[in-house]
Amino acid sequence: MTSVAEPRGSALDALEENAKPRTRRSSRGPRPRRRIGDVLLHGYTWLVILWLSLPIWVMIVFSFNNPRGRYNTTWVGFTTKFWSTELFAYQDLTNALVASLWIAVVSTIVTTILGTMVGIALGKYRFRGQGSFNLLLFAVISAPEIVLGAALLSLFTTINTGLGYITILIAHVMFSLAFVAIVVRARVLTLDPSIEDAARDLGASSWTTFRRVTFPMIFPGILSGALLAFVLSIDDYVVTSFTSGNVVTFPLWIYGVSKLGLPPQADVMGTIIFALGLLIALTNGIVSKRRAR
Amino acid sequence: MTEQRVDPALLRGLSGRRIDRRDIFKIAGLGAAVSAAAACGVKGQATGSASQAPDQVQKFWAGKSAGPTVAFANWPLYMDPSHPELKKFTAQTGMAVTYKEVINDDPTWFAKIQPQLAAKKSIGYDLMVMTNGVEFEECIELGFYAPLDHSKMPNYTANAAPKYKNEAFDKGNVYSVPWASGITGIGYNPKYIKTPPTSLEDLLNTAYKGKIGMMSDTQEIGNFGMMATGSNPETSTPDDWKKAADWLTKQRNSGVVRKYYDQDYISALSNGDIWMCMAWSGDIFQQNASAGTNLQFVIPSDGGTLWTDNMTIPITAANPVGAMQLINFFYDPKIAASLAEYINYITPVPASQPIITSDAAAATGEDKAALEQVAKSPLVFPSESDYSKLHYYRDFKTPAEHSQYQAVFNPIVTS
Amino acid sequence: MSGRLRARLIPYLTILPGGLWLVVFFVVPMIAMLSLSLQQGDVVHGFQQTWHWQTYTTAISAYRDQLIRSFQYGLISTVLQIIIAYPIAYWIAFRAGSRKSFYLFLILLPFFVSFVLRTVSWNFILADNGILLGPLKDIHLLPQGYHILATGTAVVGGLTYNYLPFMILPIYVALERVDPRQVEAAYDLYATRISAFRKVILPLSIPGVFAGVVITFVPVSSDYVNAHILGGPTSTMIGNVIQNQYLGTQDYPTASALSFVLMAFLLIGIFAYARALGTEDALEVAAR
Repeated sequence: MTSVAEPRGSALDALEENAKPRTRRSSRGPRPRRRIGDVLLHGYTWLVILWLSLPIWVMIVFSFNNPRGRYNTTWVGFTTKFWSTELFAYQDLTNALVASLWIAVVSTIVTTILGTMVGIALGKYRFRGQGSFNLLLFAVISAPEIVLGAALLSLFTTINTGLGYITILIAHVMFSLAFVAIVVRARVLTLDPSIEDAARDLGASSWTTFRRVTFPMIFPGILSGALLAFVLSIDDYVVTSFTSGNVVTFPLWIYGVSKLGLPPQADVMGTIIFALGLLIALTNGIVSKRRAR
Repeated sequence: MTEQRVDPALLRGLSGRRIDRRDIFKIAGLGAAVSAAAACGVKGQATGSASQAPDQVQKFWAGKSAGPTVAFANWPLYMDPSHPELKKFTAQTGMAVTYKEVINDDPTWFAKIQPQLAAKKSIGYDLMVMTNGVEFEECIELGFYAPLDHSKMPNYTANAAPKYKNEAFDKGNVYSVPWASGITGIGYNPKYIKTPPTSLEDLLNTAYKGKIGMMSDTQEIGNFGMMATGSNPETSTPDDWKKAADWLTKQRNSGVVRKYYDQDYISALSNGDIWMCMAWSGDIFQQNASAGTNLQFVIPSDGGTLWTDNMTIPITAANPVGAMQLINFFYDPKIAASLAEYINYITPVPASQPIITSDAAAATGEDKAALEQVAKSPLVFPSESDYSKLHYYRDFKTPAEHSQYQAVFNPIVTS
Repeated sequence: MSGRLRARLIPYLTILPGGLWLVVFFVVPMIAMLSLSLQQGDVVHGFQQTWHWQTYTTAISAYRDQLIRSFQYGLISTVLQIIIAYPIAYWIAFRAGSRKSFYLFLILLPFFVSFVLRTVSWNFILADNGILLGPLKDIHLLPQGYHILATGTAVVGGLTYNYLPFMILPIYVALERVDPRQVEAAYDLYATRISAFRKVILPLSIPGVFAGVVITFVPVSSDYVNAHILGGPTSTMIGNVIQNQYLGTQDYPTASALSFVLMAFLLIGIFAYARALGTEDALEVAAR
């Protein structure tokens, strides 16, 4: 694997710097002194989370703004009308949101299946062409989005297909696949092969071994990959803008209108998406806390 | 990864296939073939000439009848979101209208529709709105527009202002009729600028260092540069362009320009990030109506730009007859008034002004004030003296000309 | 025999669907684009293959400033991200216990919302006299003429912000797999907290840092949206140029050439970095 630690050297260092008597300790470190460091790190984490979500708070606040016209850039007054009666006033915006969700779900499913298969193949087996395939994955990830989009557009133009839902799906699956494959592969690499051997020794067929032993073990990796694929798809702008034809997804609509002024409905929908995600996170947190008990 | 005994024959078979290199070579060969085909497929089709004989019009429209729906592609915020005008159209004709705000700028729109129109396929729309300019010219040259049958739009003939019946970029309105026009002038915030700007030279004022905004579109800044250096953009030569570029470079190097904006200058202007900028008339109007700001707009004495967003019918439209009826419908003064009340840009139908005035008289409160503003605004109904100061963009006869123009002005914006 | 044959073929069969997808929709278009970069012509009259290599040299010399600037921004932003991300990844991996996924989710959450909405919100927050700079100017902590927007600082800030999760996640994954017994062994041998970190944890996390750099540096350097919304005339990146060439000027050969130049430089940079780290197979490490 990777480099192994050198306890001896560090012990010498420790003796040199600071000849304090040390008692046995757990991996958490000595209790009283280190608490401050822990607390600082904890606080730092929350600070960064706050910084990351700062624009979201602005968005939430502006979803309650009441501009008289189109531009929602200065605070005018409080209202909830964009949450209720006026929410679907912009038919195009609603359609765009639905389109994005639909595409993201389908793309995630396809990408997860294909990417998991690739990840397993690369992680479990040794075969010819493995190195080249790794290179290919690497190339897909390092290709800038604008290059991917333009290349796909020229392909679709050459073979004369119409641009639309299918081409967007193709594009999304293409660039998400590599990410999922790498995540799953990383997880597969950590598997202990002796467990699978044990299952086979006990008479399980390959398929059963996969279904009841391998799959549950790599499931967290698959789940992370799926989550990543979903986020990549629902928020993609650049590649989608090249391959969308007449279909308008949520990011495309937002970007197009943002130049003139985002209506409050856009902020409302963004808030709703955020709230849904928050709900999932909280549920997950509670569930895992329960499990830990 | 358990070791397995492999049959030597199998091993021979497998080792015979160097999957890595040979396959990639094959792929490269295939790719070369594809791209050779691509080279053929990306051939442009410069067919149509600028004006078409009447029999061409006949040929296109012969035997066509109306379909059940009309698909309309437009820019954002060019129609009230509840589409009252479209509902009236459906009530009148029975045709439903699908309205999509998918056009954000001409180059991107053109890049989107070009592949399909070149392959003579439908783009999914029967009616679309494009600004006069490079892409508009290219569409005409490539034969992407259907010639309009003027006999099918009596409202246009009756109600359009004379100025909009013979524009330089589409003489005789063979392919297009205006949807709305706008003026590019100077917008400023009187909170920070005490002496109102009067000419383009005010955009060089170093007292406002870092507080001036310019547009990033090369046609827009090119026009301003040319008018500032005394040339008429519509008849300008490459030498005029170079002089204009020098003026713009001087402006850029003096540090007065904060940013070259796409269209998002309006929020920067309102919150004080910039104090003065190149602006479109309707944006200023709308921001004042939205947020109660007091931004001002002037047409510079040495010239402003007039541009027109035009309705056109793509050559592969599924329901061109329906599209023609829709065009005709929009030139009804009552409908034009309703549109202008929302859009707040220049309407091509002067007869809508008295209608807006009477709407204002009938309204109350906030709406009344807003409508009165629209009815009286020189930004929606400019005077003749205003028009005399305005110029169109430069028309390009060949793509080589366009490339030359871009090469002159692009470095100012992207650096 | 057939069992062994099947076993031998399993990896190929498993990888086939995904692999085919990538070959058809990535490799082939890339080659088509490479070919396009050597052609000449225009949109109206079509492009002809002329093996015009000068397109590359012209493009590089014309846009050298933007290329250099993109890598500068990429480098600064990536370094900043490592500094910001590492402590968080560390805390979540070692101290968050059962609530690890909760915190990770919280970090990812803002990125469910469209990045345009986020960046536009930053426009509002960083306005010259907005809620951040305004009060600072009122108490004279900042000069009146100071502005963040329309400068390179805003662009780097936006880049760092928008791609941070790409750096946090790989580092977290690497740290999470550190065997606590190794750390405990270090403590048992009288290591201080800092030494244990420096000699045990840090080296084990380097693959994660490397993976983070790889999946961050590339999109950051080729980004154009941040420069577009938050930047000014002197902070244009190569991504802006490419986008402008494709969709504005429609100079497809130059745009394609610049795209390949960008990709080439990025790949070279990453492999050089991998060499510096002393890893044999960069991809093996990147996968971790």
